[in-house]
Amino acid sequence: MPNLAATDSLILLIYGFFMLTAGFSLKPAMTSGQQFMQAGRAMPSWLCGLAMLGASLGSQELLGMGAAGARYGMASVAFFALGSIPAMLFAGLFLMPVFYGSNSIAVESPQKPSTFAARSIPEYLGLRFDRKTRLLNAGMFAAMSAFSAGIALYAMGRVFVALHIFDQVAGTLNLPPAGTLLLAMALPAALVLAYVLLGGLGAAMYNQALQFCLIVAGLLPMVLLGLKRIGGWSGLKAAIPPNALHAGTRSLGAGAVVFAVGAGLVLGGATWCTDFRLLQAAMAAKNVEAARKAPMIAAALRVFVVIVLILPGLIAVVLPTPHTSIVIHNDNGVIYHEITVVPPAVEAGSGLVPAKADADGKPQMGADGHAALDYAMSTPNMLLQFLPAGLLGLGMTALLACLMGGVAASVTSFSTVFTCDIFQAFLAKNAADKRLLAVARWAAVGGVLLAFGAACAAMRFNSLFDAIVLVFAVVNAPLFAVLMLGAFWKRATGHGAFAGLIAGAAAALLHHGLALPRGEQPGIRGGWIAVLHHPASELALGLGTAMLAFLVSLLVAAAVSLFTKAALREDLQGLVFSLTARPSAIGPRWKRPEAMAAAILLAAIAVSLIFI
Amino acid sequence: MFYDPRISLGMLFTLIGTVLTAFGVATRSNADMYAKSLGIDANLWWGLVLLVFGIAALVLGRRGQIKLEKK
Repeated sequence: MPNLAATDSLILLIYGFFMLTAGFSLKPAMTSGQQFMQAGRAMPSWLCGLAMLGASLGSQELLGMGAAGARYGMASVAFFALGSIPAMLFAGLFLMPVFYGSNSIAVESPQKPSTFAARSIPEYLGLRFDRKTRLLNAGMFAAMSAFSAGIALYAMGRVFVALHIFDQVAGTLNLPPAGTLLLAMALPAALVLAYVLLGGLGAAMYNQALQFCLIVAGLLPMVLLGLKRIGGWSGLKAAIPPNALHAGTRSLGAGAVVFAVGAGLVLGGATWCTDFRLLQAAMAAKNVEAARKAPMIAAALRVFVVIVLILPGLIAVVLPTPHTSIVIHNDNGVIYHEITVVPPAVEAGSGLVPAKADADGKPQMGADGHAALDYAMSTPNMLLQFLPAGLLGLGMTALLACLMGGVAASVTSFSTVFTCDIFQAFLAKNAADKRLLAVARWAAVGGVLLAFGAACAAMRFNSLFDAIVLVFAVVNAPLFAVLMLGAFWKRATGHGAFAGLIAGAAAALLHHGLALPRGEQPGIRGGWIAVLHHPASELALGLGTAMLAFLVSLLVAAAVSLFTKAALREDLQGLVFSLTARPSAIGPRWKRPEAMAAAILLAAIAVSLIFI
Repeated sequence: MFYDPRISLGMLFTLIGTVLTAFGVATRSNADMYAKSLGIDANLWWGLVLLVFGIAALVLGRRGQIKLEKK
């Protein structure tokens, strides 16, 4: 494994320098809590869109999409594109006017100050429902964002160690092997914290746009070279065996297809319509029109991003698997033996996807007798395979950028939610703005420390890694149901929402505790109460849990709402879609957001059809 | 908006593009190094692509910045 050349390190350094530059140049503008937590609500839509994309491409997503390509084949493009794009368009068309709030109202009644411009999703819940719902969601969200940032640090830290990126630095510091992993997690986290402290959400968004461009710039040459290596598009089609997802859906029948579509919509909605880590970028837009366009711009680019991130996995499995080889050649009577030693775990893999290695470096065997593959390594291994020194540095920069974009989104959203929805709402109601600014900065420090703690815990207990799907189902899926009811149904009440959130979370935990994917041990992967049924795979368990949490939460919230007292109509102005001022239609019909959304959706479907 | 982000984007990519292009030119004859990238001097070509992208972003960003300051 090569150490990084000087050029590679130079590119990494340039990137690190620019990350901090954004922080330093925004520092003078950070004079108020609003500037820090909402970037002054003055961002153009394209920057918000790019920042949403950058935030959505955390390390799990980048590694996960490559893994899905290697594991499930071409159809994963359709799954990722069609699972997210409808939700993004929906968020842009119908949810942003409600979440962004105030401005559209303020236009109509300028004498009434915008008292209810929600700064965060929990704050929206507080305005729409009540304080207990707000606190419950704020607590759950803060825990989730710190935890998932920790898992992201650990996931990418492991890859950095496998790629020996920090070996030189660790070598000069004389660190033990475990110390290298800690360094690989601490260094990006510290850099993120530095620019967030300096420039708040604004710096995070500027950097996310930068990071998004770097991810594409770093991965695209590898994808192009990989495609060329296996003979272009037709070569790829010919090389791919009939893929697993297709075989699975065929054997399960139409029910599975409906299930997959439904689950895709729930997962996409729970991410793009619900997750404040992504929505914070759109909520920092300069006006409601820009806020509506932001998720759509992200959606338009998303199809392309999904393809660039999934193709490495597709190509990685079909390339020849490296084997230990001895080449003997005779040079003027001197016999040379050229031995290329390949670790057994790599040899047992499929293509460039290695098998998971146990402590002795031997390949681990799965339940079916085949080696268990470490799919997460497919994209990093592709980078090593195709990029020469120089471009390799850019590829590593892309990995680092993706990690930092995701972690920064978690840190800023954690800071905002803690400051607005826990500190200001419950601890110090009349806190001065200066104090809020200070609290927001300290909350960012706290968020990074919690995330780092979670990363260390994941290092100690590897199985925490698998808990991320469960955490998502417990927090985001019920919240999606409650937000849908809150934004579109006037009759939904605070008690209903509170009960819905709790019931949904409980249902997710219960389902996870009672189901176990085939060939797994009971524990963090499911079945820790009793094993009642066996979903086909981890993916099926995760989808099922999220879907159930969503449905239970929807039903419970609706039922309890009907039995409790409804809120007054006046109190819901601007908080429910039907009581929100419509942005007035300006310009020709084809230039309006609705037309834009329809065009993006059609394009996404067309691209997905090519891949199915 | 604080400043036009295309300026920093342009500066970053112009810089990286220049480094890659220069490195690509310097190592053009090194066939061993480019065996990985199928014999293509990927540094040179991709460096040029990034350089063009960076300069375009820089030009657009400059214009955007002037508009921003007029407001």
